[in-house]
Amino acid sequence: MTASIARTLPIARSARRSKFTVGRGVAWSYLVIVVLVTVFPFYWMLRSALSNNYAMIADPSSPVPVGFTWGPFLRVLGLASPQAAIAEGGSGASVPILHYLLNSVIYATISTVLIVFFSTLAAYAFSRLQWRGRELVFAFFLAALMVPGILTLLPNFVLIKDLGLLNTFAGIILPGALFSAFNIFFLRQFMLGLSTEIEEAALLDGAGKFRMLFGVTLPMTSGPIVTLTILGFIGVWNDYFWPLLVTSDSSVAPLTLGLAIFKQSSPQSQPDWAGLMAATLVAALPMLILFMIFGKRIVNSIGFSGIK
Amino acid sequence: MAWLLIAPAAIGFLVFAVYPTLRGIYLSFTDYRLLSAPVWIGFQNFIDLVNDSTFWASLLVTLYFVVIAVSLTLIASVVTAAILHRVTESTLLRGLIILPFLISGVVAATVWSWMLDTQLGIVNVVIQHLGGDGVRFLTSREWAIPSLALISVWKNMGYTSIILFAGLQAIPPSIYEAGRLDGASEPKMFFRLTLPLLRPILALVGVLNVIGAFQVFDIVSVATKGGPANASLVLQMYIYQKAFGQFNFGYASAMSLVLFVILIVITFLQMRLLRANESDTN
Repeated sequence: MTASIARTLPIARSARRSKFTVGRGVAWSYLVIVVLVTVFPFYWMLRSALSNNYAMIADPSSPVPVGFTWGPFLRVLGLASPQAAIAEGGSGASVPILHYLLNSVIYATISTVLIVFFSTLAAYAFSRLQWRGRELVFAFFLAALMVPGILTLLPNFVLIKDLGLLNTFAGIILPGALFSAFNIFFLRQFMLGLSTEIEEAALLDGAGKFRMLFGVTLPMTSGPIVTLTILGFIGVWNDYFWPLLVTSDSSVAPLTLGLAIFKQSSPQSQPDWAGLMAATLVAALPMLILFMIFGKRIVNSIGFSGIK
Repeated sequence: MAWLLIAPAAIGFLVFAVYPTLRGIYLSFTDYRLLSAPVWIGFQNFIDLVNDSTFWASLLVTLYFVVIAVSLTLIASVVTAAILHRVTESTLLRGLIILPFLISGVVAATVWSWMLDTQLGIVNVVIQHLGGDGVRFLTSREWAIPSLALISVWKNMGYTSIILFAGLQAIPPSIYEAGRLDGASEPKMFFRLTLPLLRPILALVGVLNVIGAFQVFDIVSVATKGGPANASLVLQMYIYQKAFGQFNFGYASAMSLVLFVILIVITFLQMRLLRANESDTN
C-alpha cells in the first residue's frame, strides 16, 4: 500500500522513503552510534546500582549487574543497616537521600508554580491590557534576557544572607520565583496571537478583568503554560550552583547538593560506586518519569522554545 | 490593574536582577570580606587581577574548555540534526537523544567520573582490552579539560540538536527536491542548502552554548574540583573559591564583572555576525 503510494507520488515521497543507499546506511549508522553513546551511561548507572560494590570492583567489565543486589538502593535510601551496607562495600555512614529528595520536590514545585504564575500575570498585562509605559517597562524586562546573570549570583547571596534567609526554602526559592524574562516574553508572544473576539464577548456578558484573565485567557494559554512548567521544573530540579551558595543544611538542601556531598564524602581509596550510581538514579528518576509521560511534549517544546 | 499584575515580576526584576547587578559592579571596587562593611578601594582589585597568574591561567583553562566543548557540540549537533531531518522524523529517536538534558550536571559528572575512573572505569577497561594504556581522564593535567569538555558535549548535544532540528523543519522539502533534480549529492546539499539556511538559528544556539560554557561549574565542581593542581580551575570555580573559600567577595565580584564583560562582548560580536549573515539566507 505504502509502496504503491510512494510510486505514484515519486517526487513528494522519494526524499524520505527512498530505497537503501550507502549514504542512508552511513546516516543510520551515525544515528545508532549517537543514540548508543547517549543512552549507555544510563544503562551503566542501572547496571552498577544493582551490583555488589566489592564484586563489581573485581569484575569491572561485566555488562550485567555483578552479584545482583538491591543493596545500593536500600543503603542510599537509608533502609539498610550500617553492617549490611559495609558488607556490600558501602561506607556505612548515612546520607539522607530521601530527605534531599523531599527538599527537591518542595523546592522545584514551589519555584515552578510561582514563576509560571507570576509570568502569566505579567504577560497578560503586557499583551491584553493597554496602559501607559507598557512598551517601556517591557523593553527593560527584555534587556534582562540579553544580560548574563553571572554578576547577580554573589550579590544575591549577600542579600539573602542579610535578610537572614540562608538555609531556608524562602532563601533558595525567592530570587528565581518572581521574575523570568524568558517566560514573560514567551507567554506574551502567544497571548498577542490570541483572538480578541472571545474576550469581547465575555466583556459584553459583564465579565470583569480578573474573570477574563482566569476564565478566558488562561485556559486558552494552557499549552504554553504547560510547556514552561515542564521546562522550568527540569531547570530547577537540576540546579546546583544557587542552592550550593545558600544552603548547607540537609534540612533544606536539594538532591543535587546531597549527591555532590555524597560523592565528596565517599572514601577516595575505595569509593562506593554502586551506592553513588543508585543515588544518581534516584536523582534522575523523577525526570525520567516526567519524560515518559510528557516525552513528545518536551521534545517539541524544546524545539519550539529555541525558535522563539 | 496592569500594575497589580506586573507587580510581582517588577519587584523580582528590581530586587533580584537590577539591584544585584549594580551592587555587583559596586562590590568589584571594594575590599569586602563579608563580616565587615565593604571598603572602597578603587581599581585595586583589577590591578591585583592583572598580576594574578592564577587568574590568567584560569582564563586560559576556561577558553580551552569553551573552544573544545562548543565546537564539538555544534559540529555534532548540526550533523545529527541534518541527518535526522533527512532520514527520519521519529520522536522516539529525538527523545532518546535528549535524555542527558533532563539530568543535572551533578548526575552527569558523577556517572562519567565512574565510567572514566582510571582503574575501574568501563572506558579504561575497554581501552586496556584493546591493548591501549589506561588514561587518567580526570586526574591528569593534560586530560582533565578535554574530558570535562566531552562530558559537557554528551550533556548538551541532544538538546542543541533538537533546537536545530526544529529550525530545519521550517525549510520546505521542495528545496531539497529541486536540489536532487539538479543532481546534487546529499553532502553537497548539506553544505549548499542546509548549512546556509540554518545559519541564523546556528548563530543563536552558538551564543547560548558559548555563554553556558564560559560559566561551567557543576561538572567541574563534581568531577575534578578544579584539579589536578588547578589544571581545570575554570573561572566560575575560581570565583567560587575566592568568595566562599577565602571570603574575598570584593575580588570575586571583580572577576565576575570581568566574566560579565567578556560575555557581553561575545554576545554582541556573535549577534553582529548573525546580522551580517542574514543576506546569505536568500
